Amino acid sequence: MIHVAVTSDPIDTIAVLARVGADDHGAALLFLGVVRNHADGRSVSGMTYEAYEEMATPVLKEIASEVVKRCGTDRVTIVHRVGELAIGEVSVAIAVSSPHRAEAYEASRYVIEEIKKRLPIWKKEHYTDGTDKWVEGMKPAAPERAGSLAERPI
Amino acid sequence: MPLSIRALFFAAYRDLLGTPRLDVDLPNGSTVADLVLELRGRGAPFDSLPTEPAVAVNRHYALPSDPLQSGDEVAFIPPVAGG
Repeated sequence: MIHVAVTSDPIDTIAVLARVGADDHGAALLFLGVVRNHADGRSVSGMTYEAYEEMATPVLKEIASEVVKRCGTDRVTIVHRVGELAIGEVSVAIAVSSPHRAEAYEASRYVIEEIKKRLPIWKKEHYTDGTDKWVEGMKPAAPERAGSLAERPI
Repeated sequence: MPLSIRALFFAAYRDLLGTPRLDVDLPNGSTVADLVLELRGRGAPFDSLPTEPAVAVNRHYALPSDPLQSGDEVAFIPPVAGG
């Protein structure tokens, strides 16, 4: 069971965790990304997250489906927050469960690393001195298909 | 008939250009790379867009050589920073 969402509401982390798990699963794991009070030596007062929502949700589904194929678990929930976040608020919650812990750790790590590489979401750091800056992220890789004759995704 | 596409700009690109979207007409047969060239050719501030930005056509990451069709939604994706 896969569940993904992009939301402007505060994330109910226990509800995210409660979505995974099964009678034959011995491991359940919850990862939280949290807004911290510093970045590159500067004091941070908060963060604004922005998404290309119509694309972000399908990309999250794609990442979750890859986890099911690669990591031997079929219980994956990913919720990403957008909007204005204060220090200590949860920006992303990832819950996975699996029969044994190794697959759960692998799945959780895979999801957050892929989010960093290709989820169309951006964050602006607000500093305590009143300035702000878009965080320099990662350029998503071009799709792996050949040239202009490749069939376009519908 | 030229082809009409809608370009979307997010985050740092939107701030740079001062707009979240632009409707652009291009010659038939144009590609993603042609759109980037057309926009960068408009001068400041468009020429501050990267020469090869990440682009999504109809919500899928695309190659510079991908052809465009009328009605396509072409999003310029700044380096992403989710999580």
